Amino acid sequence: MQSRTFILLTLLVAAACFAAAQLVSNNYVFFAGYTVLQFIVLATAWNILGGYCGYVNFGSAAFFALGAYSTVFFYKAFPMPIPALIVIGGLVSGIVGFGMGYLTLRLRGSFFAIATLALAVVLQTLIVNWDYVGGSRGAYIIRPNTIAFAGREIPYIEYLFLLMLTLAALAIIAARTIERSRLGFGFATIRDDELAAEASGVPTLRLKLIATTISGALMGMAGAPFPYYIGYLQPQSAFALDYAVNSIAMPMIGGTASWIGPLIGAILLGTIQQVATVTISSAVNVLIVGVLLVLFVIIAPNGLVGLVQDLMRRGRP
Amino acid sequence: MTEPLLHIEQVSKRFGGFVALDGINLEVAPGERLGLIGPNGSGKSTLVNCICGTLHNEAGSVTFDGRKMDGLPAHQRTVLGLARSFQLPRPFASLSVAENLRVPLLYAVKARSGSHLSATELDERCVEYLRLVALDHKAAKRPRDLTQVEMRKLELARALAAEPKLLIADESMAGLSHSEIEDILKLLMELNGRGITIILIEHIMSAVMSFSQRLVVLVSGRKIADGNPAEVVRNPEVEKAYLG
Repeated sequence: MQSRTFILLTLLVAAACFAAAQLVSNNYVFFAGYTVLQFIVLATAWNILGGYCGYVNFGSAAFFALGAYSTVFFYKAFPMPIPALIVIGGLVSGIVGFGMGYLTLRLRGSFFAIATLALAVVLQTLIVNWDYVGGSRGAYIIRPNTIAFAGREIPYIEYLFLLMLTLAALAIIAARTIERSRLGFGFATIRDDELAAEASGVPTLRLKLIATTISGALMGMAGAPFPYYIGYLQPQSAFALDYAVNSIAMPMIGGTASWIGPLIGAILLGTIQQVATVTISSAVNVLIVGVLLVLFVIIAPNGLVGLVQDLMRRGRP
Repeated sequence: MTEPLLHIEQVSKRFGGFVALDGINLEVAPGERLGLIGPNGSGKSTLVNCICGTLHNEAGSVTFDGRKMDGLPAHQRTVLGLARSFQLPRPFASLSVAENLRVPLLYAVKARSGSHLSATELDERCVEYLRLVALDHKAAKRPRDLTQVEMRKLELARALAAEPKLLIADESMAGLSHSEIEDILKLLMELNGRGITIILIEHIMSAVMSFSQRLVVLVSGRKIADGNPAEVVRNPEVEKAYLG
């Protein structure tokens, strides 16, 4: 499929999602949908480093929280519309992603993963001790009830949903574009064999830095509108285990080799979690993720996409 | 004498207390076919790794094509025209055979010339290199579907796709049958005819002897002989190293 066709199609699907959500008379669908969309962005972002380059990042929550806290900071210091805050959140997390990459990318495998985990702990400690953004008490963000958008007043949650929907579409378009570009080839060689990649002229360190920066920036962008969504942000919720675990589990369950894996994983797992939150309890979410992850590692190590590809290959003579 | 293409001066490399390379001096002229032999563990692959930037030598310097290589990362050396094949094939497992060759074309060749190859040009070049090693019928396969022999050919083809001035073939013939060795030798001769300088590291003496214009022998990280192949193999020190 041509890139232009794909972009058009993605935007059309996004528009259809928004229209369909409006048909439901209950506002809750926007609340639940926002969370699922947020996970699409996080999973896609994680996959750019974790799936394409093979570097497992356990610190997704840190990048997400950085985006969220940059919003809290600017909410108090210099109020701005959310789209601008999304850009800022992306910049902050992108820069931190670059810095983290520069410090840690000489580490491989589990050592890199441990380093990212350490980054999350360090950042959380900093935020807890930074009083201006609320410290351990947390910070309140007063969300207006409605906002003027395209000439009419719409509920604020619809606006947030729309923003996250746009972000999800952008993330998917970015991931697919990377996958098919020269950059994507370079990323795949890093995942397969870094020594051979270097010998083929691939500047591996530079490419890994690009991946950590893009991945971090997208996570920060996903986190930037979060304080407006939640209304009250505290370090425990911004740095929650859920984000780190889900950003890894969703691509793993969907399939890490292409852009569609994280999308499928996020929709599937995100929806199950939302349903479980309403019908059982929100505490059961992590259990669901854990059980599914174990199941998939055993039954379909290449995720749903890999499973379908295997079945199709077997079907062919 | 013309300026050497590769000039290695007093290169040393240690791994802890083990001296892998001990003050190696070596010059390779443009267009030359050099054979490099030595018993297992004599430092051949370490030398290749130091030349190509996979390892960094602690002492001495490597000059290639008039440029000091010291401190340059491996990918920049490849861009400058230094390509190598690995002793144990290291294909990109998730890419197809043709895509494996696309990588050096997309990175090394593009970075060198700055020009952008179109999609059809890329495909044509990939097919051309695959045909050179008789793998064109496997272009769409994954490396895991290849035999050991085909894997070695792919390794060589990927090094060639970087369009090098100097090709270092690290045991590309191990485990190959007699006729396959002939094929690879013919291919290397043809490449040499096109002006590519080649360093051949090999255990198969018949291949080394028929290929090399000059033979270098490493033993325990030191160069013990360098010269005309027929004379070098008669050197008592070389005989002692091989036969004890």
